[in-house]
Amino acid sequence: MIQTNKVLDAKGLACPMPIVKTRKMMKDMKEGQVLEVLSTDSGTTADLRAWSESAGHQYVGNVEEDGVWRHFVRKADSGEKQETVYPFTVENKQLLESLQHPQAVLIDVRETAEYAFGHIPGALSIPLGQLDERMKYLDKEQKLYVVCRTGNRSDMACRKMVAAGFECVMNVIPGMSEWDGEIENTTGGMKE
Amino acid sequence: MRTVQVGEVAKKVISKEPLFILDVRNQDAFEDWKIEGEQVRHVNVPYFELLDGTEEIADQLPKDQEILVVCAKEGSSIMVAEILEDEGFTVSYLSGGMRAWSEHLEPVKVADLKSGGELYQFVRIGKGCLSYMVTSGGEAAIIDATRMTDIFTDFADQKGVKITHILDTHLHADHISGGRKIAQATGATYWLPPKDAEEVTFDYAPLEGDTSIKIGETKIDIQALYSPGHTIGSTSFIVDDSYLMTGDILFIDSIGRPDLAGLADDWVSDLRESLYIRYQELSEDLTVLPAHFMIIEELNEDGSVSEKLGVLYKRNHSLNIEDEEQFRELVTGDLPPQPNAYQEIRQTNMGKIAPDEDTQREMEIGPNRCAVR
Repeated sequence: MIQTNKVLDAKGLACPMPIVKTRKMMKDMKEGQVLEVLSTDSGTTADLRAWSESAGHQYVGNVEEDGVWRHFVRKADSGEKQETVYPFTVENKQLLESLQHPQAVLIDVRETAEYAFGHIPGALSIPLGQLDERMKYLDKEQKLYVVCRTGNRSDMACRKMVAAGFECVMNVIPGMSEWDGEIENTTGGMKE
Repeated sequence: MRTVQVGEVAKKVISKEPLFILDVRNQDAFEDWKIEGEQVRHVNVPYFELLDGTEEIADQLPKDQEILVVCAKEGSSIMVAEILEDEGFTVSYLSGGMRAWSEHLEPVKVADLKSGGELYQFVRIGKGCLSYMVTSGGEAAIIDATRMTDIFTDFADQKGVKITHILDTHLHADHISGGRKIAQATGATYWLPPKDAEEVTFDYAPLEGDTSIKIGETKIDIQALYSPGHTIGSTSFIVDDSYLMTGDILFIDSIGRPDLAGLADDWVSDLRESLYIRYQELSEDLTVLPAHFMIIEELNEDGSVSEKLGVLYKRNHSLNIEDEEQFRELVTGDLPPQPNAYQEIRQTNMGKIAPDEDTQREMEIGPNRCAVR
């Protein structure tokens, strides 16, 4: 199930209105939040993708059902450019080997939309915003590997978990943006 | 703000008049395909970059010339044109956008035939497709009709002729044929080369080498000449002993590509035989009328696309490759991208799928890309 922060219904609208409305709604959203845009104009896909890139937002992907496209766009997060500070890391290419350990668990802290359009098989989805609440269900004895898109949200997640008493937490760097291994897409749609 | 129809733009392109275009589609769409002409200047800035105003591009826009704003359909171009008008520019927008540009056909008279009829070329200037109508003694034949069938039927009505024959030189992969639709509406005979039509789901008249078709009382001959290579069935026509309709085998500055039905390697030798042996045996005085043009420079002064066969044998590089291996390399090696949705277009032309009109438009978007140079 893909959870989003807001939904924009642009069905029946012709170009340029889907982009004009998306842009307006995006202005009122917080960094890192995900907007779902519903459209029926086939031209919206290319335009929304190009606009997102130009505005610095992340076009996550889309799913088409019966002529209605559901687009997922994540608002630009200026924090993503910051240096990571959490010291314990594992590189992408060592991850699969590390996960062989019977106590190892991979946690994906990206938004559910990002997770749905492509994640490492077996990864557990806990968006960063839900981590405080859902952390208590995790076993403190396990070896936890935390991944996001570029290593920043996972850096923050690692720090939160260590502060909460978890002992073995590793940040996966650089993360999904450069992941070239197996990917599972649970949407049936197109990933950007 | 002025509304400009595609016909006006077509006439400006043909007469090489200056035209300044602000294309507000996204960059990929613009790079793939745009309005081209000798005197056409472009600036491409996507409309979504201009929502807060056009200050940033103001110095790229002319103050003393009308700016034609163009987008995919027209909605975004109207919005941008309004912004520019408020800022004091002289602006217009293209009615129907690139979609209308893709569908526009400009009829050009190619010849008065010696046996009394007329020959027209329909230049689909936005996509580079060429269709033909031969009229004589109250009858007409259409060759390689596009899906905008009203243009042909209205033209025939204006001329007071009855469409009796419709021919396709081959099974098209870059555009949807209007042949079957016109045949159904008029009762005309629809001719297709049988080797291209093995999988079609409708009835047609088999067009094979040496078939002759008469148009009108003046008996204009359309003589079929089997010339495989672009497709296995590709057939050329000689009209009135003077005009060679080459389909997608031979163009003015390029030749047909053999790969769009998936059999490039098998068809290379057919293509070579058609171009280097069969056409060589024909009179150099024949005027070549192809089914496409690739670049706007191939248009003659009057907007038509034609050239003497003898001239092409001197000037068209692809007709002058002595070495067979080198020829094979040219037509199978570094081929341009395939036309948009060409598989679906072939299926549609076989009658296997029947997409609605909007989908057909989408399928045909972009340049035709049927040639190799």
